[in-house]
Amino acid sequence: MPGLNGRRVAVIAGVRTPFAKAGTVLKDARAVDLARYAARELLERTNLDGHEVDEVIFGQVVPSALVPNVGREVSLLPQFPKEIPAYSLNRACASANQAISAGQDQIALGNADVIIAGGAEALSDIPILASRRLADILVEASKAKSLGGRIKTFAKIRPRDLVPVAPAIAEPSTGESMGQSAEKMAKENHISRDAQDRWALRSHQLAAQGTADGRLTAEIVPWLPTRPGATTVRQDNGIRTDTSLEQMAKLKPVFDRRYGTVTAANSSPLTDGASAVLLMSEEKARALGYEPLTYIRSYAVAAVDPGWQLLQAPIFAVPTALERAGIQWKDLGLIELHEAFASQVLSNLQGFAAKGWDINEDIINVMGGSIAIGHPFGATGGRIVITLSNEMRRRDVQFGLISVCAQGGMGFAMVLERR
Amino acid sequence: MATIAAPARTAPAVTWGIADGIATVVLDLKSQPVNVISRAVKDEFLACFAALAGDPSVKAVTFFSGKADNFIAGADIEEFLTLSSAAEAERLSADGQDMLDRVARFPKPIAVGIHGACLGGGFEFALACHYRVATDHPKTQIGLPEVQLGILPGAGGCQRLPRLVGARAALDMILAGKTERAARAFRLGMVDELVPPAILADITLAAAKRMAGGWRPKRKRPGGVVGFLLDGNPLGRRLVYRSARKQVLERTGGHYPAPLAALEAVEYGLRHGLQEGLRREAQLFGQLAVTDVSRKLVQIFFATNQLKKDPGVAHAPPPVRVERLGIIGSGFMGSGIAGTAVAQADVDVRMKDADLTRVGQGILAARAILDDRLKRRRITKFEYARLIALLSGGDTYAGFGRAELTIEAVFEELGVKQQVLREVEAVLPSTGVFASNTSTIPITRIAEAAHSPERVIGMHFFSPVAKMPLVEVIPGARTEPQTVSTAVAFGRRMGKTVIVVKDSPGFWVNRILAPYPNEVGHLLAEGASIEDIDSMAVRFGFPVGPVTLLDEVGLDVAVKVAEVMQGAYGDHIVPAPGAGVAALVKAGRLGRKSGRGFYIYKGGKKRGVDDSVYGLLGVHPNGGPRPAEILQRLVLGIVNEAARALGEGVAHSARDGDIGAIFGFGFPPFRGGPLRYADDLGAERVVSDLEHLAERHGVRFAPSEALQEHARQGTKFYG
Repeated sequence: MPGLNGRRVAVIAGVRTPFAKAGTVLKDARAVDLARYAARELLERTNLDGHEVDEVIFGQVVPSALVPNVGREVSLLPQFPKEIPAYSLNRACASANQAISAGQDQIALGNADVIIAGGAEALSDIPILASRRLADILVEASKAKSLGGRIKTFAKIRPRDLVPVAPAIAEPSTGESMGQSAEKMAKENHISRDAQDRWALRSHQLAAQGTADGRLTAEIVPWLPTRPGATTVRQDNGIRTDTSLEQMAKLKPVFDRRYGTVTAANSSPLTDGASAVLLMSEEKARALGYEPLTYIRSYAVAAVDPGWQLLQAPIFAVPTALERAGIQWKDLGLIELHEAFASQVLSNLQGFAAKGWDINEDIINVMGGSIAIGHPFGATGGRIVITLSNEMRRRDVQFGLISVCAQGGMGFAMVLERR
Repeated sequence: MATIAAPARTAPAVTWGIADGIATVVLDLKSQPVNVISRAVKDEFLACFAALAGDPSVKAVTFFSGKADNFIAGADIEEFLTLSSAAEAERLSADGQDMLDRVARFPKPIAVGIHGACLGGGFEFALACHYRVATDHPKTQIGLPEVQLGILPGAGGCQRLPRLVGARAALDMILAGKTERAARAFRLGMVDELVPPAILADITLAAAKRMAGGWRPKRKRPGGVVGFLLDGNPLGRRLVYRSARKQVLERTGGHYPAPLAALEAVEYGLRHGLQEGLRREAQLFGQLAVTDVSRKLVQIFFATNQLKKDPGVAHAPPPVRVERLGIIGSGFMGSGIAGTAVAQADVDVRMKDADLTRVGQGILAARAILDDRLKRRRITKFEYARLIALLSGGDTYAGFGRAELTIEAVFEELGVKQQVLREVEAVLPSTGVFASNTSTIPITRIAEAAHSPERVIGMHFFSPVAKMPLVEVIPGARTEPQTVSTAVAFGRRMGKTVIVVKDSPGFWVNRILAPYPNEVGHLLAEGASIEDIDSMAVRFGFPVGPVTLLDEVGLDVAVKVAEVMQGAYGDHIVPAPGAGVAALVKAGRLGRKSGRGFYIYKGGKKRGVDDSVYGLLGVHPNGGPRPAEILQRLVLGIVNEAARALGEGVAHSARDGDIGAIFGFGFPPFRGGPLRYADDLGAERVVSDLEHLAERHGVRFAPSEALQEHARQGTKFYG
């Protein structure tokens, strides 16, 4: 069926780097390196001529001060003409989803035919900031007119000023960290430790299965060493094939040591990685001879008060996306639900169930989710679109849903269709 | 350069306009792609300067090239070929000096704006001017490459450069015939200012105006205290001369007179003053210009230039422009081709190998070529970042669907190469060319596996690819002309000299080279020592002797190649009796790569002959043949085979054949190549020498039909 608003937009293909726990095998790479790698390999896999691309859009949540517009650095790959405009955006953990929906908008409106959208995050390479006082002193010193003046300014520096500041994963409006929010949701929604651990175990088991049978690795472009002695990274390194409920049960809660239930095992890890998705108008895909994986049927974004349940906005985004798609929950054949925390996943599902929707776990996260695969904030959305599109093709499923919770109390939902 | 005032007076090459008291002179040889200084240009120059000298409204002069990316490429080398005596050449040099002397003494200051190549006579002209501004563009290359043609900078370059930058820096440039990027030329003091191209005209003009007002640039002696100690006094300079001479002798083996003559010109001038120096420089130029060495080097220069324009095949359609290169096999050759293609041809390279770890290593090896360029500041770190993004690879043929050209460098075995061809042909675009990098397998045989044999060709690269300047392109029986022109054009974009040769065992280079290492076995069996064999060859001018060559190639590879050659040409490439090199391979000696071959290698360095080799081979060094005979057998073997192969049409011409020998395995350039060498000796003499050798050593020395024919007719390879 035609797009509900403007031209119909096809997901042609997508790839991602392996997702690696921060500080491990991808620690030498910057987000821009990962993003460029994914985009270039996407061109290789699709044999797409870089000249066909009209725009590049990338998401990144913790940008580098040195490369603030990672999207532009992607579009300046030598495989592209230099004249492709590009931008980067931040919708927290739904950033790559936002990049993809922004690309969809531009194509639907007729402003573009071919867009590469994706995201990248290198949590091994987060910006470490100087203290505000040190920054002020350095700025003042740079304005000093004489060497003496400069030295006098520098003399104001105190040892405590030299302590660097790392960005925290906390809400600026409430001061509540992601983990504390997950903890709060577990308590308020009565999600048990055992239920969370089971969901996490399920995530690892299904991801391990997807890796072993090649369904999950099909979307991965191996990362080749960038210096002698480094290893080739072929798959995600956070997926555990050997874990068990007993082992998980041993872990101490991180955010509430006394009454808490959220542990390292039932949360998504800090991760490095990038994803890139090729979007085209239906006509362009036909003209270039590409067979689309899926089409974007609708999307919706919602937000809630961050002081309420920070990661519960998907329960508002999803109904809107379904309504815009003109379909119902029961029409869905596959669902990809972002897993920031098991408590969040189960809270989201509880919210859906409360609408009278039947929760069929057999079609949810069939190759695991972010808890096992990893969660490079800016890149995850692209990963989910690729995973879902590939699996919709394999199973020949007509409708698939994406649901992603994000910092700031936001939720993102998208409906894909196969034909 | 659009900002340069339009000339007010039209003349063929030199034009000028006057505005605001400043004359702007522009050189633009309309009929040529680059500016060169010929007699005709000199005359125009002189007329121009005479007019400007007499024009009271002109207070100062600026000078530019009218070419987009070229200043002056040098003197017109065609003119050298017409020189018949040293006296005539000396006069040519003195004329040039005279003209530049007038420039230097010109009553009004001259500022030059340099953008693009500023070489040889072009730079000597700039040196005679009073102020030099150069653009910071990569195309702006400055230097005095004359010694590469066996001559020296004969228009005052040997005098003015050392006075400007000091003896050390000047000798460093002149004796090696180096060219430098503008940034380094500026650091050395060769130019006064370095500016972006957009403001070259303005800044040059401003300098001319300042000089018109009486201002003169203050130049301090470069190099600080060390500069003073070495360059600033006669004693220090003597040390500089001595070490320069030593370096030259090491580098040239005494085969090339030009660097030593240039050294003398510099030294003489600094000792006896500018005028005496110029006189000596012209004399030495005259002597060099008519030497055999210079003639040969000029011939090679012209042959290489001709080859740059030769499409390699008659009536060839224009080549397909390669934007994306596929490479299959990421080993030493594959990665060398990949890195060189990226560095030189700026092309998107996709590598494929069966195993990702190998691909990763291949990409890193290719990248090492770029690392090296970055380290030597040939590219900036931004160019480097862009170039390494052109290198990628995987264990599938992903990305090959857009490769206009794919080069395979997999294991040297027909079945493997055919398998790879079948696989990749399925994904290549319908116009994609498949090139096989092979040294021994017939292209026509490989192409038998192809659906489109018309787009299968051989491209034989030499190792190490980044350094070796030659590529042999080998059309198979059914290869179509556009495939040839595409391979030739791409080889050239990789910075290589390309010769198109016939699809026959060993192609050109390995075939004519075959007798050289083959003779080693015979010589050793007759009691020659390894050192004697190698040293005779090096004395003749080969970069390495045949024994060292075997070690470098790898003894296992050499055995394989020798088998192919003996199989194909058994009647005249006859192996020595006994197990020969194969015995060394069996003993685990593979040459340099295994640390042991004929020689011992430690820490990457050759550490002398391993005497136990003689035992393994069952031979005893006891003097063996006379040195002169060793040399004769090594050289005439090559000459004879080259003549035979040329007679069979393996190379298109003697020119291609000689260039192949010089660039492919280092046949001494100053001897012009094996065919030119035969011409110099005379076919009759070569035939009679070979006949004598054949009498004593067997049929392998029987003179080839081609040589006998020339001997009978009294003709030459170069008609």
